[in-house]
Amino acid sequence: MTLNHVRLPIPPSRLRAKRILASSALFVKGYGRAAIHLGSGYRAGSSPARIFPIPEGFKKLLTGQATRKLCPVEPTLFRSRRDRKLGENVAVRLEGITKRFGEQKAVDNVSLEIRDGEFFSLLGPSGCGKTTLLRMIAGFDTPDEGRVIIGGKDMTGVPPYLRPVNTVFQNYALFPHMTVEQNIAFGLRMKKMPKDEIARRVQWALELINLPGYEKRRTDQMSGGQRQRIALARALVNEPEVLLLDEPLSALDLKLRQELRVDLMNLQERLGITFIFVTHDQEEALVMSDRIAVMNKGRIEQLGPTEEIYELPKTAFVARFIGDSNLIPAQALEPRRVRTPIGEFVLDDEDALTPGQQVLLSIRPEKIRLFREKPSLPNVFRATVDDIIYTGSENQYVLRVDGQRLMCDTLNQDIQEPGHEEFTYEEEVWVALTPEKLVVIQGGLEGSNPYA
Amino acid sequence: MREAATPWERLRQMLLTVGPGALWLGLFVLIPTLIMLVASLMSRGSLGQLVPPLGLHNYLRFFSDPLFVEIIGRSLWIGFWSTVFIMLLGYPLAFYIAQSRHKEVLLLLVVIPFFTNFLIRVYAWIVVFQKEGLLNGLITAFGLPPAELLPSTLAVYVATVYTYLPFFVLPLYAAVERIDWSQLEAAYDLGARPIRAFWEAIFPQTVPGLFAGFLLVFIPAVGTFVIADLLGGGKVTLIGNLIQLQFGSAQNWAFGSAASMVLMAMVLLGLWLYARTQGERGLDKLV
Repeated sequence: MTLNHVRLPIPPSRLRAKRILASSALFVKGYGRAAIHLGSGYRAGSSPARIFPIPEGFKKLLTGQATRKLCPVEPTLFRSRRDRKLGENVAVRLEGITKRFGEQKAVDNVSLEIRDGEFFSLLGPSGCGKTTLLRMIAGFDTPDEGRVIIGGKDMTGVPPYLRPVNTVFQNYALFPHMTVEQNIAFGLRMKKMPKDEIARRVQWALELINLPGYEKRRTDQMSGGQRQRIALARALVNEPEVLLLDEPLSALDLKLRQELRVDLMNLQERLGITFIFVTHDQEEALVMSDRIAVMNKGRIEQLGPTEEIYELPKTAFVARFIGDSNLIPAQALEPRRVRTPIGEFVLDDEDALTPGQQVLLSIRPEKIRLFREKPSLPNVFRATVDDIIYTGSENQYVLRVDGQRLMCDTLNQDIQEPGHEEFTYEEEVWVALTPEKLVVIQGGLEGSNPYA
Repeated sequence: MREAATPWERLRQMLLTVGPGALWLGLFVLIPTLIMLVASLMSRGSLGQLVPPLGLHNYLRFFSDPLFVEIIGRSLWIGFWSTVFIMLLGYPLAFYIAQSRHKEVLLLLVVIPFFTNFLIRVYAWIVVFQKEGLLNGLITAFGLPPAELLPSTLAVYVATVYTYLPFFVLPLYAAVERIDWSQLEAAYDLGARPIRAFWEAIFPQTVPGLFAGFLLVFIPAVGTFVIADLLGGGKVTLIGNLIQLQFGSAQNWAFGSAASMVLMAMVLLGLWLYARTQGERGLDKLV
């Protein structure tokens, strides 16, 4: 984030960023060009809790009895984002969940396990079934098939008021006729907790969200960010085993959203409560989650640790929905050698193919390297700079190779830095696709457009 | 905007802004009420005209005669129970309409009776209730003896409920329509069972609409005279009938005015009590 230096004004000729029509190209470009690279600044987890300082003793109050048993995350190629320890127990298990609305299958045979203390995201475009799935965990909807198991107990037919989960709604759903205090106390009052205990916990919750002194305010007098935090406090004060969050940040503006991401993440880590977070914002999911389930048309396309989702997309849909990807159809010539419309490439040792096999190669735009002089690297070819899109933090080059398009992002570093080069329109450049960065995807492009 | 410099300019500004509204209220509310108030303090002349002396004698007469006290008691009683029936019918109806997929059609159905004259609609009930009417036709079809339904208190109740139901449903519908139903889910989520969730999360938000509807129904229901006249016959005399009688055949405008003032005072008393219990907010919400 802070890597960028002040730039000279760009000459007007460079501002002519044309619209790139993905459909015309073989190399399909995903939308959602949100700056993934922002992640690097946020992911470090180093930011102090600005909005949610955890009051002393809250955690003990909240978790009460148990200090949770901790164990490492299951070993995978990529470690979880913050090198976190997760509980060994399963917080939520979904077994073969199917939900139909009329003929349409909103959720189609979904099974997954969410670990104790995990920050789990359900990510997908609108209509992919992620909210329906969350509503079935909350108990607002009942699955047509399958079972919902929360904390080891079958909760499939159990109404929401008897489940050990709480929800933060997309529109907050605060009670407009109640004060902040009454809103937060609602759940405790339903549990018939003694008055002084309720007052104590409400105080704690208000400190947790850093809104002490706001007890008597009416919620309609508060800003979106404040209401969001009240909704969070109203849910958390009940000490749920699992907190369900249905796009809680989507109504806020960008800066506040970015701030709240970090705060939410820190809060979750400190309280140790399992969070299930529904979002269509891939950046949000990447920043906060331990694991992500990418959903499409009611099914899980891919489930894995955050970095694995980004680095090793298993389907064309995931590659296109999470960040941007260049997708290149390829045919295997040898186990580690493929032919593509833009030349023959070697693959990494781990990607052994059977000769003749049709696959897709995915490479992230920021992993493509450009050179002015021919480098002595594998998978090198010539391309022409067709367009340059200046986004502030990066220069995005649209390259033309044999009538096809290829996207390449370079960080907008100081021009003086060694090894850094900038290119101009119609310049002939050398492109290198590093074998380790080429991801092999089985299956074709059909149905992979998240916005179709 | 610059500040008004002279008192004249300030007056001009006031006349232009508050002026029209104040004029309207003064002409059509304040002055007529004052005329009524003065008239209620006067006496009836030998030709039915208003004459001095001024005094409280009309009010004394009203409250000292058990007949009149009974009339106002009956008016309040019938008005109250009609309103209760209307609320029992209208409350679920407003929710049903707000939730329905065909809410435009249903709202239109609620409003359609207004397309016909009120008197004609009351006469229509005579057709239903009279001796050879629809209802008795139904009763005799079951082999039962025909009932004496007209004139009757029952007929007055039915027609009052029918007439004023839309006045209750419409403001309540406006309140219900605005409710965010995810609040009900939020209440479930926080551990409230269905009835509790409705009572705590949804019902309080309908109270202003409920009260607005109550006033819109109760006030005219107490003051009505046409329904009681046509369907109640001589059996049911309400305060509205009394006032009409005094201004009409009895030619005692002074006493009629006094009765009107009593009715108005009762209504204002109700409003004041509501404002006391709900605080200033309550009245704000109403408007």
